[in-house]
Amino acid sequence: MITECPVPRAETERVLLGHGAGGRLTAELLEHTVLPAFGGQEGPLEDASLLPGSGGLVMSTDGFVVSPLFFPGGDIGSLAVHGTVNDLAMRGAEPVALSVALIVEEGLELGQLEAVLRSLGKAAQEAGVPVVTGDTKVVGRGAADKVFITTTGVGKLLPGLAVSAANARPGDAVLLSGPIGLHGTAVLSTREGLGFEADITSDTRPLHRLVAALAPLGDRLHVLRDPTRGGLAAALNEVARDSAVAVGIDERAVPVPEPVAAACDILGLDPLHVANEGCMVVFVAPDAADAALAELRSLPEGSGAVRIGEVLPADGHPGRVVMRTVVGAQRIMDMPLGEQLPRIC
Amino acid sequence: MKYLDEYRDPELARRLLDELHRTATHPWQIMEVCGGQTHTLVRQGIDELLPAGMRMIHGPGCPVCVTPLETLDRAMAIAARPGVTLASFGDMLRVPGSHTDLLALRARGADVRVVYTPMDAVKLAEEHPDRDVVFLAVGFETTAPANAMAVLHASRLGLRNFSMLVSHVLVPPAMTALLESPECEVQAFLAAGHVCAVMGWTEYEPIVARYRVPVVVTGFEPLDLLEGILMATRQLEDGRAEIENQYVRAVRRQGNGEAQSAVARVFQVTDRAWRGIGDLPRSGLELRPELASFDAARRYDVDGLHSAEDPECIAGGILTGARLPTDCTAYGTRCTPRHPLGAPMVSTEGTCAAFHAAGRVATSVKEGTSS
Repeated sequence: MITECPVPRAETERVLLGHGAGGRLTAELLEHTVLPAFGGQEGPLEDASLLPGSGGLVMSTDGFVVSPLFFPGGDIGSLAVHGTVNDLAMRGAEPVALSVALIVEEGLELGQLEAVLRSLGKAAQEAGVPVVTGDTKVVGRGAADKVFITTTGVGKLLPGLAVSAANARPGDAVLLSGPIGLHGTAVLSTREGLGFEADITSDTRPLHRLVAALAPLGDRLHVLRDPTRGGLAAALNEVARDSAVAVGIDERAVPVPEPVAAACDILGLDPLHVANEGCMVVFVAPDAADAALAELRSLPEGSGAVRIGEVLPADGHPGRVVMRTVVGAQRIMDMPLGEQLPRIC
Repeated sequence: MKYLDEYRDPELARRLLDELHRTATHPWQIMEVCGGQTHTLVRQGIDELLPAGMRMIHGPGCPVCVTPLETLDRAMAIAARPGVTLASFGDMLRVPGSHTDLLALRARGADVRVVYTPMDAVKLAEEHPDRDVVFLAVGFETTAPANAMAVLHASRLGLRNFSMLVSHVLVPPAMTALLESPECEVQAFLAAGHVCAVMGWTEYEPIVARYRVPVVVTGFEPLDLLEGILMATRQLEDGRAEIENQYVRAVRRQGNGEAQSAVARVFQVTDRAWRGIGDLPRSGLELRPELASFDAARRYDVDGLHSAEDPECIAGGILTGARLPTDCTAYGTRCTPRHPLGAPMVSTEGTCAAFHAAGRVATSVKEGTSS
């Protein structure tokens, strides 16, 4: 019987793809490499930041490198608008203006670029946010993958709202505005030609109208988070960490569409770790939970809103997310590590 | 596809658990062979809801975990060569070799690709005639038919730039080795449903007869596992030792003849080293001599592989069910999914990774009830 195992030399000198996957590796990169270069960061890492002394202006920036450029339910153009509009919305802000920076690879068909930009323009118009400035660069073939887009957004805080990832409180109801796992599985399936595209389309869409519908709840609305890279598991773990609370989730209450569950089963992925682009997690005072659900369900983008759990009492384990499984046991819902690697069988 | 909700129904789960608690009068020890089953058991917390003293022993059925270190080192040495594209299933990329892993090699410039089927690797070879595509073919009987079909397809296409590094392993010899071990505490087995979907269960009949051990062919959903455990427990309580099939929606006694025939055309049984367990006679598959031109181990002359071993990792004990991840001094500290010391911490099907993802800690440091 051999009981030894090898010691790998962990890669500490190079950037791995997993560093960009929104999980633990991303957090490490931010903590050890990115933030120290900018003088560190006070408080939680939010989707968008209040501009000091601006009277309620909020700013956010986001890069989009999705492959393929077009996928069921969306494309990199509309995604670049929705992603930044949603980051502003998660701080309780309505979008005021966008900037768009393009990095285009030499050789990209002009028709494809036009289609992406038309989609971006249409998405901005539908979200009611003008593109007011931008930049275009072209790099040599192979130096980028077709087109990369960076959008920066400025928004204005909705009156009475002060949402933050650090604001969750014991007793809060945890709501989810719609089903999870659609975007990540749609993109992966299209990129790899896996054949699930017929049943799964991305949920990419703007969420600022949902946030506006919740605005009357005022200070009873505590946290908003859109579970993009790293999925629902990463979003809940970030809120638990930044608010120093424990969160309890009911597995049966989390809406995973059947095709997503089937695709994830086949690929060995966890729907809780798969990226979303059109749903949000809401932490709200318990006495406002029903009103919040009613407001969310009053709009098409929130028609599937459900309550998935609650913030546990203060004597729990701060920073921990606990899932009650379908068989009635409990387990920790951990932060994903890096890239989701499909398993073998 | 409507096979999920039916097998994840909490009310049915509760009924099966109640029945299990009524049935079990002894602290039985049942091994689930397959890593996929371990993943479901731990993810759902099923093993923590069993009757007092009853224990699930997590078996060696994670193909990532048992792939020999030497094979991984060989794969990495081949991947580092110019002109080579190494293709593999995703979770092989993070398995630590002696010095690095395939993800890190990729970051340093090697052409390492994740594929979803071995046919994708054949397609890569077709599309890139200037590259030598090597597919790392690992896994149990479940993945062998598709890998066999890929070789046959590449042969039909006359591809000279496609080869396979084969490290297939077989379940029955591993079960036999476990039962022959003097430390064996396994009183019944849940056989891996996907393996049996290919192979059927005739190979298990001699094991049941010789060792008087119940075997229940079991699926992977929470209700499958609960039902498989209940069926195994009933056999133990009745003093029976039979093969039963819980996974009737997918498995027949004779298995899938077409898949078996493809495997037989391409592979032959050979001795195989299992990582953490050691050499097991006639426990693996290798390419048949007439297909040697597709054998990457022959095509690429890799010398000087020196495997470095870590005495702290107890992967062998984990893979045979003799030890729990929480028995390991490195678990959760020096060894985490971020920095795995051993393969069981890599794949989601690895016992250590399943424990870690579910927040399991050693009993001595347990807090509260949520671990």
